[in-house]
Amino acid sequence: MKATEAHRAIEAIWRIESARLIAGLARVVGDIGTAEELAQDALVAALEQWPFEGVPERPGAWLMGTAKHRAIDLIRRRKTLERKHEEIGRDVEQAWQGLDLDTMDDEVGDDLLGLIFTACHPVLSKDARVALTLRVLGGLTTEEIARGFLVPVSTIAQRIVRAKRTLAEAHVRFEVPDGTERAGRLASVLEVIYLIFNEGYSATAGNDWVRPALCEEALRLGRILAELASTEPEVHGLVALMEIQASRLGARVGPSGEPVLLLDQDRARWDRLLVRRGLAALERAKRLEGALGPYALQAAIAACHARATTAAETDWPRIVALYDAVVQLAPSPVVELNRAVAVGMAFGPAAGLDLVDALVAEPSLKSYHLLPAVRGDLLRKLGRSEEARAEFERGASLTENVRERELLQRRAAECAAEGIAG
Amino acid sequence: MRVLILAKEGNQSEAATPPTPEAMAEYQKFNEELVKAGVVLEAGRLYPSSQSKRVRFEGKKRTVIDGPFAETKELVAGYWLWQVRSIDEALEWLKRAPYDGGTFEIREVVEYEGM
Repeated sequence: MKATEAHRAIEAIWRIESARLIAGLARVVGDIGTAEELAQDALVAALEQWPFEGVPERPGAWLMGTAKHRAIDLIRRRKTLERKHEEIGRDVEQAWQGLDLDTMDDEVGDDLLGLIFTACHPVLSKDARVALTLRVLGGLTTEEIARGFLVPVSTIAQRIVRAKRTLAEAHVRFEVPDGTERAGRLASVLEVIYLIFNEGYSATAGNDWVRPALCEEALRLGRILAELASTEPEVHGLVALMEIQASRLGARVGPSGEPVLLLDQDRARWDRLLVRRGLAALERAKRLEGALGPYALQAAIAACHARATTAAETDWPRIVALYDAVVQLAPSPVVELNRAVAVGMAFGPAAGLDLVDALVAEPSLKSYHLLPAVRGDLLRKLGRSEEARAEFERGASLTENVRERELLQRRAAECAAEGIAG
Repeated sequence: MRVLILAKEGNQSEAATPPTPEAMAEYQKFNEELVKAGVVLEAGRLYPSSQSKRVRFEGKKRTVIDGPFAETKELVAGYWLWQVRSIDEALEWLKRAPYDGGTFEIREVVEYEGM
């Protein structure tokens, strides 16, 4: 086997096995920092040996076996002072029982779930949670994560190192939380996955409007979580939301990379497979007990768009009603702004503008470029071109994304032309 | 990337008898693992070619050919649509499939730029 061929195979195997490997190790050694180092050691061993000896028949078991030996050595060293060797050896062996990577049994599932909950622990900053999740669950290298978020490699490396240290210092236990703690911890997990998705869906900075690779990573994490925590309606809600939004990725970008807004998109280019998967995930959320949560409600809104064959057929009053429900559950100025857009579509631009005007003073929206963009759009529909132009220009000055800035500047120019014509 | 896996199962593609319960269970276990890994977007099995038709295009002429078709080695018995990061990843997954015959093909699906 050629070395390059072996390396490509190892990279692919790492992608498949690394999360389960780290999760299984973390259950035994107790913290994900050590678990990840042990897994990396096993990877290095594979890179040294497989190009010469060939890829083993059960690569996952090989990696786990290699990491396990190193873990036993490590635990022995750590515990030598406390107890007799044999006793420790037996403990470690016992902890390892049932840890077979080739059977994706419940225990492996629980380990993975534990890994997700730990990487997304609220004790970590959002940035740290995102980086650690992509690293230990997505199997991404530090370089790949840095490329995804357009930040220096050293920044991501530091975030990961600090995150591991924080988890160790806070004595975060490797476990699947239950009872009252579970809801809050799950919310943190969902938030991290959606943050990754959104950074890909509408990049906050840079030259590209979308970075689909991040959307794909987030979707994959969501789909995995949907199987591991299948009784949680909001997990399916989030998956539904991401599937439906991702169905528009191809239609959201014009021929020269410019953004195409929802109502202007060619709906024939929406990915029907993802729409269907999204609607199915939403059904799964609805079948579970309880009222719909914020993600499922947003997915229901996305589903309204997905079901409309043309933009004109959109059921705006229903979307307004769904936004009302989101506002009740998870009030936020951004949701209020989205609701104002829907109201503007359902009941006329003047009604929408009233709501947006009430949000202008909102401190958290002060530098949010979509506020002036929405306001500009409503003003333009009301024939107030000059005011609209000023709003689009303000929006353009607030976004860090090159493509979005160009779009807003173009709209400002259109308003200026309309002003002269009118 | 998305890849389409074409399952050319050889004789099994045309077999009138369904696979044994043991083989089905093995397949289901494997498929479940793929679903749990977030890889499977879509999966399906096809009826034997005796229930199929072909349409041949020659200029304006359309010729309909009824199954069964002779070249059993090339007949597709089932398909998967997978979301993977690379062809190599698809290859590693596919190698783990519980089959003991046939040829399986991995084809990358053309997607829009950047995906």
